[in-house]
Amino acid sequence: MRPYVSLFRIRFINGLQYRAAALAGLSTQFAWGFMNILAFSAFYRANPAAFPMAFPHLVSYIWIQQAFLALFAPWGTGGKAVETIVNGNISYDLVRPMDLYNRWFIETIGDRVSRAALRCVPILLVAFILPEPFRMTLPPDMRQFALFLVSVPLSMCVVTVFMMLDTIFTFYTMSRYNAIFIFTAEFLAGGILPIPFFPEPFRTIAELLPFGSMQNVPLRIYSGDLAGMDALKAIALQAFWLAAMLLLGKLLMKHSLKRVIAQGG
Amino acid sequence: MKLYFKYAAMNLKSQMQYKFTFITGVVSRIALSFTSVLSVLFMFTRFNEVEGFTLSQALLCFSVVSMAFSLTEVFARGFDIMPRMLGNGEFDRCLVRPRGMIFQVLASHMEFARLSIFVSAVAVLCYAVPNSGVVWTWDKIITLILMIVCGAVVFFGLFIIYAAFSFFTVEGLEFMNVLTHGGKEFGRYPFVIYGDGVLRFLTYVVPMALFQYYPLLYLLGRERSKLYMFMPLFALLFILPSYGFFRLGLRYYKSTGS
Repeated sequence: MRPYVSLFRIRFINGLQYRAAALAGLSTQFAWGFMNILAFSAFYRANPAAFPMAFPHLVSYIWIQQAFLALFAPWGTGGKAVETIVNGNISYDLVRPMDLYNRWFIETIGDRVSRAALRCVPILLVAFILPEPFRMTLPPDMRQFALFLVSVPLSMCVVTVFMMLDTIFTFYTMSRYNAIFIFTAEFLAGGILPIPFFPEPFRTIAELLPFGSMQNVPLRIYSGDLAGMDALKAIALQAFWLAAMLLLGKLLMKHSLKRVIAQGG
Repeated sequence: MKLYFKYAAMNLKSQMQYKFTFITGVVSRIALSFTSVLSVLFMFTRFNEVEGFTLSQALLCFSVVSMAFSLTEVFARGFDIMPRMLGNGEFDRCLVRPRGMIFQVLASHMEFARLSIFVSAVAVLCYAVPNSGVVWTWDKIITLILMIVCGAVVFFGLFIIYAAFSFFTVEGLEFMNVLTHGGKEFGRYPFVIYGDGVLRFLTYVVPMALFQYYPLLYLLGRERSKLYMFMPLFALLFILPSYGFFRLGLRYYKSTGS
């Protein structure tokens, strides 16, 4: 366990160095959040009855999404891992006495947490003091907030193990871009449009797929859009997908490492 | 001009060497357009219309903006990766050659896999054109072409500004993405739905509404004045300050060394 803790710390501290970049990125995320809320409010005015979420719930959804973008976004393992597979440096990693899957996993988590830590505070602070239609609300009660706190790390891990599959795929394709993973995950997880806005049966399908266990769950639990038994069920499904994809990833990794050809020389 | 085509052929040939990468590039970009269209589709199946615009009319906006953006992305890719060109000294090599800088940056990088966004936007346009309720006469067709071409020029101006900023910072500037990629993302709805403030900004500061919202009103016959038809031409003025800023940046540029 010790080496993993220190790997996490290295990545976390490393990520904290990029404070200026994080600040510069904030303006983008604010603009993105505002434009999204403005677009949704236009649709809300067009037909409030057809709106599948309460409007303040949607506003919280968008701001938390922006604040914790780095936790939930379907980004890869930071490019480094893919790079080593393609250029052959993977052979160094393979001789180290450490499981490669676990190492990539923990490094990615470290990256994600440090980036989110830098960005979430200013975004949330501002989101709470904005004027009315844009203002973010507190969760309805402590229970809901506690469920949110359970669901956040789960969904971060689900995204990460899914994107690990993408990285492992590189062993077979030797191509740097398997971007199709990213776009499908982005859309089906509710990154562009929250899943409640999907018409049936797409909504039910998306909720059951592993993508539905990503950002969809915590973002909706926070505001109370997903509550009670439904929230517990969603969290259980998250745990299931995490276990299933973790297992699949480890098996695939084992298989691919048996036949890996180190590129370059 | 001949030289430009030579460069283009060279780019195309070198990208065709990596066929698998090219194909995955094409497939993933089609997936990207597809998810965007799907989100518009989902919103309109639920709400039918927004600010009086229907699905096909929004898709008209989507395809115009996507086409304009992808033309710029394919042919002005060099400006998009300017920080990298500065970092690895590629730009310094351009400086010693006896050709214009803009020409060289344009010619040295083209990414043809990104043309797939253009192709999928054409497909969307083919759906939207008969269903949008536009009576297609000659002036309407000219308006549509103006929208696409002038849109590409506005995005080109933004790319130039992005590149010019990187002369000062050497790093890429994330906030420019709001205007470039954001413009493409949010341009899938007529800009008026974002409210007066945003519309004013996109009219007078970054003239994206000039090639999207106003000429759309002319297409739909809501505004009959020819002024709205030629609105995209006013957007061309945007290239002047962008070019000026680029010149300014070039004057202050110090090499990154090495």
